[in-house]
Amino acid sequence: MPTFYGTEVTSRLMLGTAQYPSPAVLAEAFRRSGAGIATVSVRREAGGEQAGQDFWALIRDLGVAVLPNTAGCYSVREAVTTAQMARELFDTNWIKLEVIGHADTLQPDPFGLVDAAAQLAEDGFEVFPYCTEDLVLCERLVEVGCKVLMPWGAPIGTGLGLNNIYGLRSLRAHFPDVPLVVDAGLGLPSQAAHAMELGYDAVLLNTAVAKAGDPAAMAQAFGLAVEAGALAAHADPMDARDMAAPSTPVFGKAML
Amino acid sequence: MLAPDCEGVSAEPEIVRQGRKAAGWWENQGASVCHKGTLVVALNRDQSDLATFARRAPSAATLSKGQVAEQEPYLAERYSKALFLADEGHLDPRATLTALHARLAKQGVRFSDEITGQAIDCRGLAARDTLTDLRGVKGEMLVVRCPDVTLSRPVRLLHPRFPLYIVPRGDGVFMLGATQIETGERNRATLRSVMELMNAAYALHPAFGEAELLEVGVDARPAFPDNQPRIRRIRDVIYANGLFRHGFLLAPALAQMTADLVLDGKIPEVWYEDHRER
Repeated sequence: MPTFYGTEVTSRLMLGTAQYPSPAVLAEAFRRSGAGIATVSVRREAGGEQAGQDFWALIRDLGVAVLPNTAGCYSVREAVTTAQMARELFDTNWIKLEVIGHADTLQPDPFGLVDAAAQLAEDGFEVFPYCTEDLVLCERLVEVGCKVLMPWGAPIGTGLGLNNIYGLRSLRAHFPDVPLVVDAGLGLPSQAAHAMELGYDAVLLNTAVAKAGDPAAMAQAFGLAVEAGALAAHADPMDARDMAAPSTPVFGKAML
Repeated sequence: MLAPDCEGVSAEPEIVRQGRKAAGWWENQGASVCHKGTLVVALNRDQSDLATFARRAPSAATLSKGQVAEQEPYLAERYSKALFLADEGHLDPRATLTALHARLAKQGVRFSDEITGQAIDCRGLAARDTLTDLRGVKGEMLVVRCPDVTLSRPVRLLHPRFPLYIVPRGDGVFMLGATQIETGERNRATLRSVMELMNAAYALHPAFGEAELLEVGVDARPAFPDNQPRIRRIRDVIYANGLFRHGFLLAPALAQMTADLVLDGKIPEVWYEDHRER
């Protein structure tokens, strides 16, 4: 299992906690999927006087590691402030850092992301940056102290899957020792399996499960897919080829 | 809104079943229920959401552009396709409660702060002092006046970020709702929420851009972890709570179950005994 900032997690599946029909359905999704980490939004639920604590208590009761996030933050200052609030609320230095740069695509702001990550790392946070698959951006993030990278598969909530296989494969090749997590854009379990087959350490998703007709069943499907993909990656899969190679013997037949 | 079929897209089947009785019950109490169904629309880029909704709401009929024009002429130029849930209705919540209060008072029901005899606690979120698993889910809504727009029934706009429903109240007044945020905060409507509701209304039809803002409402819905209502007894008090966003839809069923419990000792379908006491 992957290790994030010195902590070995129990699953390669990480689930978001938003948009479920109810907290009970959310809990059942976690149970059936075996997900080991729950990400939770802090900013909007905080309200005026941290009035979201009932919901946060439900998240704590899931019995999995909590990774608070800065979803909805469009500036460095917002993200840093939200991270500090999250550290107090959840008593963790982990923070999934989102600094959104484009309202329509919810694409990360690469410049703000590096700036915020540097400030937070300096302040003792263990930053999980939600980023694009841009290699140079990821190098900068590692330089400022990030020991995990979370490139998107596709824009948040789209379900488009892995949009840039080359870019994701390139990241894996360039950062063999940095835990990599595909974050966002997954819609189907097969896409999660694909990410694992590329050698990624984990996947993080939310909408694909929460908005399914049966969220708990879909969560279980993702759990199985992630397990299958990781198993395949470690089984040294064959390389694809153009020439057909029969799996049954051809002795005694004409060779073309 | 009395919209069990729409709610059934994300709520449990029990909510739908119990909610179907609501319109008739309210009418029996003298409420004015408008039976014109619900129209569900989506912008062009969100048509996949309309398809998903149709799949999960079996009673939804798909309307062509011409049929949309027949139901809601004002929307016909913008929507060439819509879903129609004919069996749903809507009422004016405030007028309904005012009328119910007057009706009960006329029948001799006395309204008082004192508790005597059997107590049934239906204080909503205020009962958190005893019901420790009750939480608040914040909702913000707007009331606007927009005489330029004519709608005769509730319209839902499916949107990946800002789903919206608009309920006509007559005289060009509309209720726009509602946000759903996991916090027990009961005041402080945020600019972001108000902006999202306004944006969604503007997206539904740009004519709402000229609407007059009459009211910004905010409160928190009382909900248990499964977002379903519960009736329970703690010591001498019966608690009926957890109606979440289905207040007018489920209140009749919950009231009937509570009455059956008190008068006939019948254990209600939503009876809940495994609870923590404070």
